Amino acid sequence: MARAISPRRKAIATLLSWAIALLLFFPILYTIITSVKTEVEAISGFNLIPSFTFENYIEVETQRDYWKPFTNSVLLSIGSTFVALIISVPAAWAMAFSPTKRTKDVLMWMLSTKMMPSVAVLVPIYLMFRDLRLLDTHFGLIAILMLINLPIVVWMLYTYFREIPGEILEAARMDGATLWNEIIHVLMPVALPGITSTMLLNIILAWNEAFWTIRLTTANAAPLTAFIASFSSPQGLFWAKLSAASTLAIAPILIMGWFSQKQLVRGLTFGAVK
Amino acid sequence: MATQHTKGLSRLMIAPSVVLLLIWMVVPLSMTLWFSVQNYNLLNPGNVSFAGLLNYRFFYTDPAFFQSIWNTLFIVIGVLLITIVGGTAIALLVDQDIWGQGLVRIMIISPFFVMPPVAALVWKNMIMHPSYGVLADLARFLGLQPIDWFAQYPLTAVVLIVAWQWLPFATLILLTALQSLDGEQKEAAEMDGAGAGSRFIHLTLPHLSRAITVVILIQTIFLLGVYAEILVTTNGGPGYATTNLTFLIYRTALLGYDVGGASAGGIIAVVFANIVAIFLMRAVGKNLDR
Repeated sequence: MARAISPRRKAIATLLSWAIALLLFFPILYTIITSVKTEVEAISGFNLIPSFTFENYIEVETQRDYWKPFTNSVLLSIGSTFVALIISVPAAWAMAFSPTKRTKDVLMWMLSTKMMPSVAVLVPIYLMFRDLRLLDTHFGLIAILMLINLPIVVWMLYTYFREIPGEILEAARMDGATLWNEIIHVLMPVALPGITSTMLLNIILAWNEAFWTIRLTTANAAPLTAFIASFSSPQGLFWAKLSAASTLAIAPILIMGWFSQKQLVRGLTFGAVK
Repeated sequence: MATQHTKGLSRLMIAPSVVLLLIWMVVPLSMTLWFSVQNYNLLNPGNVSFAGLLNYRFFYTDPAFFQSIWNTLFIVIGVLLITIVGGTAIALLVDQDIWGQGLVRIMIISPFFVMPPVAALVWKNMIMHPSYGVLADLARFLGLQPIDWFAQYPLTAVVLIVAWQWLPFATLILLTALQSLDGEQKEAAEMDGAGAGSRFIHLTLPHLSRAITVVILIQTIFLLGVYAEILVTTNGGPGYATTNLTFLIYRTALLGYDVGGASAGGIIAVVFANIVAIFLMRAVGKNLDR
């Protein structure tokens, strides 16, 4: 990896790296700081040392009914990821372990569905949802979120599964393992890390998806993306409260992202970059 | 190895994904295609008639149309330029032996996990606001006139916000690629007296080409559909200054209730996305063959 360099160069590189890192992190840091300011402090100029009030969090939670969109975000992202996994684990498994000439084509075709612009099918989906009474329902959004992430889920799982040596399964079979034993003791331990990474990354993608969630929900099933977007209406600026709501909205995913950054590269590039 | 039995079983295992994605693609797209040749307005839903290609004509003669194509390209190319050049520079910097590397990486990757509406609102209100934003404070501190970003440079402002969100992704991918570069090769080049500049051009850059290709492909897919950042900052304006193709179609559909027109726009967007895809595949796709 990194080679030994002179202390002077190391000091300069360190300083520069920290400067850039802080610059990029600044909007997030400033949001967190603003969330514990009073509203007056929030608009009275640059200030990194707030008065540490938690009234914004209390206000967001009580008056704005924050927990409903939060629960919706959890439901939608976990629900859609769970359904996507149930459908795609067998598919990716089959493609990785008994590939045919067409497997690559099928995978490419699946990925190509991501090239379809969401907005091109907005009208029919909206009308269908209206007629089927699926607008603003959890079921409808889980289906959409599942479908838009399905190609990525299949690809990611395929990438992970392909790296499992097939001999492991054959060896287990030779040793006379039953199918059940094979699944529990052989398949699960080797497949689980890949499935877990896929799950994490898809929760992140679903949590942050904004086009469909904003357009197909109003109140009942609206997740945090729609809730935060509703703050954009010009009726007064509540920056401290907005910051508190934003901090709560991004914190879980931010922490999840920190822990899964290594898998993120492999997962999102389908192992093309190592 | 694959017997008839396992073949049948694996088809059965793959079928649900294929069928669902096929339905997801074919049904709404054919509806869009059908609506696009109809006179169909939700304000007057009883009065639907065949319109031929009239919707297409209206859509592309709309003064906003070419502006929106231009804005779409400006966003895609602008963000790609910033993220790839910036991402390479930051990756090269962070790849070195520095103190606190873990924390630096965590800070750099963070913006990627911020949901688009939050990113847009934070930048709009707390960073770029002409009187209360941090940039305005900085400008006044330096004795300069604060910039009213969303009035003076609205499209640039949108590009900056979107680039901030995607810079971490590019950096992380490029950093990963850099770390797989063989250290011995670098040392050998150094021994041969290659300067930092020529080492970068002849050794590092070719090694990164695959990673750069991946970054371009993935980001382009997402950048063509930028929506929330525009919705919460400028709402497409002022005028049509920040209206991209996605936003124009959304506006036609859900604000004008013009199903026919929006559908024609949708079909144009599909064609446009596919032109970009083919162009991308030909220009950079060769890199991805193993």
